Amino acid sequence: MSIGDYSTEKLLRLYRQMLMVREFELRAINERRAGLIPGFIHSCVGQEATAVGACAALEPADVITSTHRGHGHLVAKGGEPKYMMAELAARTTGYCGGKGGSLHMTDFSLGILGANGIVAGGIPIAVGAALAFQQKKDGRVALSFFGDGATNEGAFHEALNLAGLWKLPVIFFCENNLYGEGTPQAKQAPVADLAIRASSYAMPGVTVDGNDVLAVYEATKAAADRARAGGGPTLVEGKTYRYRGHYEGDPMVYRSKAEMDEWKGRDPIVAFRTRLLSEAGLPEAEVAATELAVQSALDEAVAFAAASPKPAPETALAGVYGEISGGLVF
Amino acid sequence: MRTITYSQAIYETMREEMARDPHVILIGEDVGIFGGVWGVSGDLVKLYGEDRVRDTPISETAIIGAALGAAMMGLRPIAEIMFGDFLPVAGDQLVNQLAKARYMSGGKANVPVTVRITTGAPGSAAAQHSQSPEGWYMNVPGLKIAVPATPADAAGLLRTAIRGEDPVLFFEHKMLYALKGEVSDDPDFAVPFGQAAVRREGRDVTLIAIGGMLPKALEAAETLGVEGIEVEVVDPRTLVPLDKETILTSVRKTSRVIIAHEAHKRLGPGAEIAALIAEEAIGYLDGPIVRVAARNVPLPYSPELESYVLPQTQDIIEAARGLVRYRL
Ligand SMILES: Cc1ncc(C[n+]2csc(CCOP(=O)(O)OP(=O)(O)O)c2C)c(N)n1
Ligand SMILES: [Mg+2]
Repeated sequence: MSIGDYSTEKLLRLYRQMLMVREFELRAINERRAGLIPGFIHSCVGQEATAVGACAALEPADVITSTHRGHGHLVAKGGEPKYMMAELAARTTGYCGGKGGSLHMTDFSLGILGANGIVAGGIPIAVGAALAFQQKKDGRVALSFFGDGATNEGAFHEALNLAGLWKLPVIFFCENNLYGEGTPQAKQAPVADLAIRASSYAMPGVTVDGNDVLAVYEATKAAADRARAGGGPTLVEGKTYRYRGHYEGDPMVYRSKAEMDEWKGRDPIVAFRTRLLSEAGLPEAEVAATELAVQSALDEAVAFAAASPKPAPETALAGVYGEISGGLVF
Repeated sequence: MRTITYSQAIYETMREEMARDPHVILIGEDVGIFGGVWGVSGDLVKLYGEDRVRDTPISETAIIGAALGAAMMGLRPIAEIMFGDFLPVAGDQLVNQLAKARYMSGGKANVPVTVRITTGAPGSAAAQHSQSPEGWYMNVPGLKIAVPATPADAAGLLRTAIRGEDPVLFFEHKMLYALKGEVSDDPDFAVPFGQAAVRREGRDVTLIAIGGMLPKALEAAETLGVEGIEVEVVDPRTLVPLDKETILTSVRKTSRVIIAHEAHKRLGPGAEIAALIAEEAIGYLDGPIVRVAARNVPLPYSPELESYVLPQTQDIIEAARGLVRYRL
């Protein structure tokens, strides 16, 4: 496909979402410094195209599992910035009522089965969701996001094997940002392209430019179509880069400024904006209006979070079990 | 003696033991160039090279299993697990392999493995980064469990672990890393396992405080002292083996017991200690054995919810007041 094959509406939606992801992260980082957000944040600044391109290939009824670096996945799957910001601010109006925070944001109505604090923790869960879809024959697809580092966990390999064996409708989406915390991929895995790991599990493995939102979209769409048609799972690897530390405050002793600058020169949002104007011929005014809309949605999100109530301490005890028999003490 | 932090005490002990014995290696996620996510391993990779200070992939099962296999073949690995919450990822290698290798092999396997693990809630880290899993592993014969609460113990217990012949789960409380204290300059300074420390003497209440609860226990004891309640604070230092005698001696003296830990109350380490006291000293008690521990819910993200769930200094104070007022 070329960019001309996409509708203006679709292109603008991709741009808006990528911008929302980035600006959400930058606001959250600021609000954390300002004291609104108590917990730590792993930002995905620089990796917007993988989250947005992959989710754009899914239907609303499809589901995702996300990671510790999950804000982008949530936005891309339709998450509301104001409920996300409220969760980060630990308010009752947040996605988990303040119980989860950044690492555990969930919205089943949008097909977001949860961020995750455990590396590779979400991968087998996506396989289970795909198992349910296969049983119910409802044509839905599950997609699991995870990082390059996660592919070294046993959970990754067991999940891929099971999905390959049972031909489950699942997409394994590896956001390869070249590092797991401070350790470069070359020191974590003896292969350069992680997509090669698919070959052990009888599924296709594809590597795409993870900073090209359309390339990500197209690879994921092909995987989703295959999965829906009963063709089984696919491993998609998007090569990308995180601009900021592993977490906010990371001194980043493990990588060079030259490397960071090089990647910033391949910024997924800047590149896409240029293409929108030059190749797709979108009017500058329309692009600028999208940018304004993102900022005002985020103003609203921060205001909403700040104005929302904090949970009452005793409510900590509720919600551990789905059923509680009268009088039983946990 | 020198005054250093708990974190430095661990770092310096590793540095000294690596200098002393080439069989000591350190493996774990980001222990090398990053210096450890908690900064504890610092420049060890520069001092001893990537051969002996190994960054691993994110593979907890392989980390623990590799430490075990290397130990069987004569090395003395220190394996780091960044958060105690991740121990279950390596569940089989810990529980079925590492813990049982010596026994199952009829004593053929020697297993000098030290697993350094962070424990406790650092604040708003939520349900998968805040747990205190010490108690989970007390139910697994074969593992020794150290819970240092001071810089001196961090150094002394770690040295015992590294030089010892058994697998040790060495729990470092995140909120203690910055704590300062005096540590011996003796390069052989070691604290034996199974010897509790009485951190403060008192005649009215025995307060057994585990790991990160020690500072809170001492603070509570200070406040209670002003009210005329003399609290004896006992730090078990290791949960396996457990120094029964020091605990029972104190209980026989005070007749009142509080056990404080950050782990969940249900089947936390306090459950075992309470049962032991009930079995061996129930006749000396003037009141119930009270546990001050985390409520039985996953650790929530919100600071308001989290501080409600975690045991606080004030909870200890109220428990002690209640106990001295208690009439059989
Ligand atoms: C089982 C487990 N081990 C270790 C960690 C600590 N940790 C959190 S994120 C991370 C790096 C993950 O790397 P990668 O999968 O590449 O994702 P990225 O952070 O680069 O997005 C590590 C080691 C964890 N949360 N869970
Ligand atoms: Mg990575």
